[in-house]
Amino acid sequence: MENILGLVALACGIIVGLGALGASIGIALMGGKFLEASARQPELMNELQTKMFILAGLIDAAFLIGVAIALLFAFAKPFAI
Amino acid sequence: MSAAEAPGTQGPNAGEYIQHHLHHLQMDFSFNSAQQHGLVDFGLFNLDSLIYSILLGVLGCFVLWRAAKKATSGVPGRFQAAVEILSEMVEGQAKGVVRNATSRKLVAPLALTVFVWIFLMNAMDMLPVDMLPALWHSAGPAVGFKDFMRVVPTADLSTTLGLSTSVLLICLFYSVKIKGLGGWTHELVAAPFGDKWFLYPINFLMQLIEFAAKTVSHGMRLFGNMFAGELIFMLIALMGGTWAWQFNPTEGMFWLGVGHVIAGTAWSIFHILVITLQAFIFMMLTLIYVGQAHDSH
Repeated sequence: MENILGLVALACGIIVGLGALGASIGIALMGGKFLEASARQPELMNELQTKMFILAGLIDAAFLIGVAIALLFAFAKPFAI
Repeated sequence: MSAAEAPGTQGPNAGEYIQHHLHHLQMDFSFNSAQQHGLVDFGLFNLDSLIYSILLGVLGCFVLWRAAKKATSGVPGRFQAAVEILSEMVEGQAKGVVRNATSRKLVAPLALTVFVWIFLMNAMDMLPVDMLPALWHSAGPAVGFKDFMRVVPTADLSTTLGLSTSVLLICLFYSVKIKGLGGWTHELVAAPFGDKWFLYPINFLMQLIEFAAKTVSHGMRLFGNMFAGELIFMLIALMGGTWAWQFNPTEGMFWLGVGHVIAGTAWSIFHILVITLQAFIFMMLTLIYVGQAHDSH
């Protein structure tokens, strides 16, 4: 039982940690490109901003789904014996 | 620390609290209380999600109907201006994605409905997490129901997958309407790789995978965001609950109350962004998928 609890705790840490890493890299790349693009062509800024928010939501979603699954493992205990 | 174990002996502990709050008010089709068996169970429905989503749908329709009824061509009031901004935003997005003007007559109002409805359902997350469940805790068993209540309909996989399946059906309808049954069937077997007879099975398989992936990710994205948000609100509520249960300024538990206020404020403000963004993304993806159904390869 303790073994399972420990492994689930480790798994939750890895899910949240790696998910956060990926989402941060994704948001950072996209935000950087957005700033570059709107510095080059400020008249496109509004149009790009809408698209950036959509993509931010898409990137964020994968991470938040991971957080939800990790929290489910941690609290609702689907693997409890 | 002996005080930390006190809630386990008197009230529910943290895990039990979360599990209780993640339980739907489930009914079978003869309207008796039911217990879900397995991940997929078609013998029951989640009464709480149904009631809240229908109520919020009616509320959204009523508000927009009021706006449409009182609309003037003169100087608009604030309410009318807000509704006009909203519908112009949706119409602008629809124009950018769906080129066909006849389809847009159905699809643009559909997108507005989806946006308003999902926004309202997501916004149930903004209510204090224990308010309606606590009311139901006294009222529900008194009228003969089980003491389970979840107030965010979009944090229920049934709701979100139902919405995304409806979008899939609309996409299929428009595929047939625009391309004709023959044209669409031809596209199904010839689309990604090319119109060769030996590629037909692979093409068809690819199309099936594409439809399934679109629909499942469409629903799962909304569900995952709302479910995570709800769970984190529950955890924040647990911090405050633990603090209130054993109020003792000399112990370390004192800071849980402060943490509750700070974390609750921060997460609520961030969640305003999340609920709006997820409703907007669901609407945009609906438009994009319907727009894709109009493209021919």
